[in-house]
Amino acid sequence: MTPRPREAVSGLRVYTLLLIAWLLLPVAVMIAFGFNDAHGKQNFRWEGFTLRWYAHLLDKGDLTTAVLNSLTIALLSTLVSTVIGTLAGIALGRHRFRGGGAANLVLLMAISCPEIVMGASLLSMFVTFGVPRGYPTVLAAHVMFSIAFVAVTVRARVARLDPAVEEAARDLGAGPWTRFRLVTLPMIRPGVVAGALLAFTLSVDDFVITGFTGGATVTFPLWIYGSTRTGTPPQVNVMGTLIFASGALIAVVVARRTAAAAGPQARDR
Amino acid sequence: MSDIRPELVRGLTRPRAAAPPARTGVSRRRALQLMGTGLVLAGCGVDGQGGKAAVGRSDVREYWSGRSGNGRLRWANWPGYMQDDHETIKAFEKATGIGVTYREVIQETGPWFGKIQAPLAAGQSIGFDLMVMTNGIQLEKCRQLGYLAPLDRSRLRNFAANAGPTYRNPSYDPGNAFTVPYQSGITGIAYNTRYVKDEITSIAQLFDPKYKGRVGMLGDSQELGSFGMFLLGVDPERSTPADWERAAAKLREQRDRGIVRKYYTQDYVDAVSKGDVWLTMAWSGDVYSLTSPDVRFVVPEEGGTLWTDNLCIPRTAENPVDALTLIDWLYVPANNAPLTEFVNYITPVPAVREIVAADAAKATGAERRELTRLSTSPLVFPSQADLARLRHYRRLTQAEETRYQRIFEPIAKGS
Amino acid sequence: MRRARGRFTPYLMILPGGLWLAAFFVVPMALMVSLSLQTGNLVDGFRQTFHWQNYTYALDTYRDAFLRSLWYGLLATAACAALSYPAAYWIAFRAGRHKSTYLVLLLLPYFVSYVLRTVSWKLVLTDNGPLLGPLRDHGILPQDFHVLDTGFAVVSGLTYNFLPFMVLPIYVALERIDPRLVEAAHDLYASRAQAFARVVLPLSLPGVLAGVIMTFAPASADYVNAEVLGGPRDTMVGNVIQAEYFDNGAYPVASALSFALMAVLLLGVFAYARALGARGARSVLDVAAGR
Repeated sequence: MTPRPREAVSGLRVYTLLLIAWLLLPVAVMIAFGFNDAHGKQNFRWEGFTLRWYAHLLDKGDLTTAVLNSLTIALLSTLVSTVIGTLAGIALGRHRFRGGGAANLVLLMAISCPEIVMGASLLSMFVTFGVPRGYPTVLAAHVMFSIAFVAVTVRARVARLDPAVEEAARDLGAGPWTRFRLVTLPMIRPGVVAGALLAFTLSVDDFVITGFTGGATVTFPLWIYGSTRTGTPPQVNVMGTLIFASGALIAVVVARRTAAAAGPQARDR
Repeated sequence: MSDIRPELVRGLTRPRAAAPPARTGVSRRRALQLMGTGLVLAGCGVDGQGGKAAVGRSDVREYWSGRSGNGRLRWANWPGYMQDDHETIKAFEKATGIGVTYREVIQETGPWFGKIQAPLAAGQSIGFDLMVMTNGIQLEKCRQLGYLAPLDRSRLRNFAANAGPTYRNPSYDPGNAFTVPYQSGITGIAYNTRYVKDEITSIAQLFDPKYKGRVGMLGDSQELGSFGMFLLGVDPERSTPADWERAAAKLREQRDRGIVRKYYTQDYVDAVSKGDVWLTMAWSGDVYSLTSPDVRFVVPEEGGTLWTDNLCIPRTAENPVDALTLIDWLYVPANNAPLTEFVNYITPVPAVREIVAADAAKATGAERRELTRLSTSPLVFPSQADLARLRHYRRLTQAEETRYQRIFEPIAKGS
Repeated sequence: MRRARGRFTPYLMILPGGLWLAAFFVVPMALMVSLSLQTGNLVDGFRQTFHWQNYTYALDTYRDAFLRSLWYGLLATAACAALSYPAAYWIAFRAGRHKSTYLVLLLLPYFVSYVLRTVSWKLVLTDNGPLLGPLRDHGILPQDFHVLDTGFAVVSGLTYNFLPFMVLPIYVALERIDPRLVEAAHDLYASRAQAFARVVLPLSLPGVLAGVIMTFAPASADYVNAEVLGGPRDTMVGNVIQAEYFDNGAYPVASALSFALMAVLLLGVFAYARALGARGARSVLDVAAGR
């Protein structure tokens, strides 16, 4: 982008930074209270600095289980929904076929459907059919809401591809699988990665739908919510901080790489 | 993350692309077809089961005959109800050789019931042999629906010998047919002396306009309704639907005059200690473990609620004998004391008090202060006068419950 | 596009996703509609009786909560749009090489679990907390002023939690605008305000519209914010649904409320997309095609 010094609106810059500060404020509070030398069961008054909670991170066995549940459910549901959703996204982005409109409608409904309605309706179904709620039902639900997001993201990417490229590959004698692997997939990869990341984030953070479908399976957000009864232990803040830090690290690395790779004019389209 | 973001949103930026104009007609028709499917399925129902709360000797014999210990046990409990290092469980495992899988999976009674109801109705295992449920609507349902194993009291010798009188034969489970107390607590009033200069002694003060916007109430309809009835001088356990209506009117007025700051589910403790609310309905153990010199707890003169978290065995348990062994083992005062020292709610084993006091005498420094505070605290070992003022929740049949909920639920839900 | 060969390919590709969504989205929705017309209770079981009174009872008793949800959702959506636009604008047009860095900074807080974020918010907003305590101690705010447990706190919590759903679409729409268009406007003697109003704003509108759809539905249906940050008259319909389901086992009433909410939100989204979306979407496509 060409710089236009005359238009440098520094007010907007200050505003953006303030907005970012506002957004980060609760995160700072969370991180700080992971270092709080709290003595009672409640952790909301500052009582001094300690690294105790980092040393005793895994003392709460059930918290550890909950975090592990969250992570494995997120990984598995991302994997499954990315494959299924990508296939659906390609089909919808490239082909016009009977039923495509209905499929698009269902996707839009699934995306704009309130979580509580989704959770409640799934619970109704499981109750009606006597399906025991637990890890598998949570997984099925997470895959369900992730598929829609992956499919829509991939579809958008596919719709903007030049069909001539694939046709050229066909003219050169490439079979369907080869065309998909060597031509289509590389071209839609950003869309697939975006969908997968979105699916992971939605799954790991999900509270409402997991609460309805989880049975006795507890994930990190559920455990936190439950612990407010007797006082949320500082280990929760530590876990939150670690998850936040790894997310931030990945994001920063990726951002750096793009910033370095992108010249002032470069754009990803 | 950033390089993917534009992609990600581009898909979402164009919801219209989901249904190109020419095809929307089809989509709408398709939507109607989908709804048609709903009507086809409309015949489905969820089967219920009749009341099975009455239990005879033969039921007990029938359930327990031929069952023996399996050397393992799966226990579902609330967070914060066991030492972090599971000291009590380890002691039990060592003493009995029974391996325990302990999980803190119960966050609220309602959702917990929602989770176990379907498998129990289908006669399936819920994955646990022992669970802790508060007396109230859901426990009553478990009893009536026959979800609980009738307890064989011939195997509960320690309970017979050591349980306090208040904890035997409770009105919510006559004869301890299905449940035995784990811990119990008092619903009373907590207030912060930094802000409240008067001495708080009664529920009427929760309705005083002087504290407008500074009063916290518990949103649970049994807790809330009971306090409304105490205000009217009615014992909740003997209340009638007419009393409920009168109590609801009072509570509604309290809300609409702006006296209530918030209806809490459980996070009132930090609110009262930070001064967001000045006085609030509260549970005894929370206030005890707050260890704040400013926050006091009282059992109001009109009355308070004694609730109990109960150990019970799901009928479909795979290791009921081991569960029963644990229940009885917890009633040995020496076994129960360490748990009480950690949990800070009221133990159903009064003899624990002497053990805590003896531990205090042996200990030194901070530990001694802590144990002394515990053994002398009226919140953990309530006085007879306090206990005499305590009442239980109203037991509700299914029909009564629907009526009760429709009266009290909308109050805390702002409607 | 359609060819005789591989006519079944799209069906095969969409089959797994279609089945999954049918099993875990369409069927549950249909069942929920069915359940919403049943009578009974957990002890005696539920029977289909086409009891439409479940709807009238639910909407009558909880009308306030229902309307409040839509109102708070609307306020939060408007606040999100107002807060997001300037920042997205600055990042898209002025941040230059550091675009991605700023975007990441804006999204960083959302790596923290939703529940944890809301609980931390509460610590910030508390009466004697870091924000309000000093202001009140210095007499800038009246003694009984508070933010926590008010509708304002709920709306601000919703705004905070759903901001990314607004920032991202707006950013993407803005980022696609060719800066040369703005320059062309300047060359034609448009002032900065004119160039913004006549070129940038219309071209970015589809992003705003998409953001509105993506923010309004989840914000209206949320219940964690009202639960943690709200006062006695801030309950939203999500809280009611949750309580009717879990605390009361009143599955039909909860289902009726859920379906009513879903219907209102979807009708709103469709009407909105129909009224505004087509023009906006086309203008984005035009810009893209014009390059």
